[in-house]
Amino acid sequence: LQIYLPIADLPVNIFLVLGMGIAVGFISGMFGIGGGFLMTPLLIFIGISPAVAVASVASHISASSFSGVITYWRKRALDVALAMMLLSAGILGTFAGVWLFTLLRAMDQLDLVIGLSYVTLLTLVGGMMIWESVRAELRTRRGMPATLRRPGSHNWVHGLPLKMRFKRSKIYVSAIPVWGIGFSIGFIGAILGIGGGFLLVPMLIYFLRVPTATVIGTSMVLTLITMASATVMHAVTNHLVDAVLALILMVGGVIGAQFGVRTGQRMRGERLRLLLGLLVFAVGLRFAFALVVKPDDLFSLRAVGAE
Amino acid sequence: MMRRLALTLLLLTAGVSAADAERLVVSLSNHRVAVTSSFVGEELVLFGTIEPDQPRAALRPSYDLVVTVRGPRQTLRTRRKERVLGIWVNVDSREFVRVPSYLAILSNRPVEAIGTPDVRRRLQVGLDNYLLPQRIGPDTADTVPDDPFRAAFLRLETQYGLYRQSATSVTFLTPTVFRTAIPLPSNVPTGNYPIDVKLFAGGEMIARTSSALEVRKAGFEQYVADAARDHGLLYGLATSLMALLTGWLASIVFRRD
Repeated sequence: LQIYLPIADLPVNIFLVLGMGIAVGFISGMFGIGGGFLMTPLLIFIGISPAVAVASVASHISASSFSGVITYWRKRALDVALAMMLLSAGILGTFAGVWLFTLLRAMDQLDLVIGLSYVTLLTLVGGMMIWESVRAELRTRRGMPATLRRPGSHNWVHGLPLKMRFKRSKIYVSAIPVWGIGFSIGFIGAILGIGGGFLLVPMLIYFLRVPTATVIGTSMVLTLITMASATVMHAVTNHLVDAVLALILMVGGVIGAQFGVRTGQRMRGERLRLLLGLLVFAVGLRFAFALVVKPDDLFSLRAVGAE
Repeated sequence: MMRRLALTLLLLTAGVSAADAERLVVSLSNHRVAVTSSFVGEELVLFGTIEPDQPRAALRPSYDLVVTVRGPRQTLRTRRKERVLGIWVNVDSREFVRVPSYLAILSNRPVEAIGTPDVRRRLQVGLDNYLLPQRIGPDTADTVPDDPFRAAFLRLETQYGLYRQSATSVTFLTPTVFRTAIPLPSNVPTGNYPIDVKLFAGGEMIARTSSALEVRKAGFEQYVADAARDHGLLYGLATSLMALLTGWLASIVFRRD
């Protein structure tokens, strides 16, 4: 069953897109991430222009993170104060990101920057996750506890001024790294069409020592608001949000996420992180491959203006 | 005054010279193509006849016909990748200014056989002769047909199904009645499509007529596209709201506690 997308200007198979939504939703539910880093490349692969894909995936992620936020809210497993602090900088980051997105598109370098950023981010984060979980796995083999306790582990981040107390997360940290993290997530999200959950969660854990109880819920609040505002900003500046495409993805995504959550809960944390690490790393390699291998066609076209 | 007189004379002589010529009458199966949510492309049919201008004027034994369908004009950039530091990067580009977003040149036999190179160039018959101006400094100019950017541009547009040249599309049902199919792929741009029909005999153009078709988004598709273009903020807010609603519904439907 074909449906014509009004903004992407091409017909797609509705079941194919719905299936992609379900598959990515499953993964996002399983790992507690938005899944934008999988969805955007998939859309580009089926022929949707990168710009429309990035802009439309933003609204898809808002939907899946909102259903997550409601669930975590009921469990009281999110830190609103921390999320709001991250957010105040995240909005600025999104503005900057949408601005750079428009600029890069005009300079014909958007595809390159998206490609390069994916390679760097994904292989780095993926590699780190694999490394961490393999070490944890080895420790359990030797009969030691899987995760090392870090007693009073204070790093340089805790020496910064402007300290604030976040009650729900039981942490006392400087506002500077909080803003820095918020800004970079908003910025990256707007350019790459990713919620940044897979970046934000490790950042919150390693830099701010946010406990696991509140980290995913808090990350989802941030993802929700940055992605919802990215949707609006992309709609205003680039007019490239395809609501029909977004709706099909959303419906698939929220259904898939429910099954993903159930599967994820049956797995051990370390095993789950290893799988996610492998997945992220593989997608990163795929992008590296595309940049290094000689393309089939050296030429490409881009519309710069209609009559 | 003199100029007007000259003009009248010119028209008179034109009328006289056309008196022993042929006339083209064409008709299109459909002038409006509606792009709806089920649009997967469409094929229109153009019918036509060659008629003597005066009732008893003689017709020639054989004619050639070239139909040019042009989509709304659009400015496109053709970019070329090169290897820089091991990765493939867009390094060079040319802007094709106000070129057709769709172009079909349909004829009954290869255009090379229809007219002399000079005639073909003058009347823009064939993709190689069609004017595709590139921005060169402050000016725009067309390049030679084997310019790599021009060739790549034509190749890519042909791959997308938006440009085509076919020497078998026009069929003569009788020596004077012809038909041709105009294929519009699913990615066809919306707008007005002027159609130019040229009749050739003995290597020269002897008659010409025009028609037009219109590709429009219709119903829901049009509504969404208009909203996205004209009311970006509202559209963005509505899409976000839709996302929240979907998320909320999912959390209600799949609630497990």
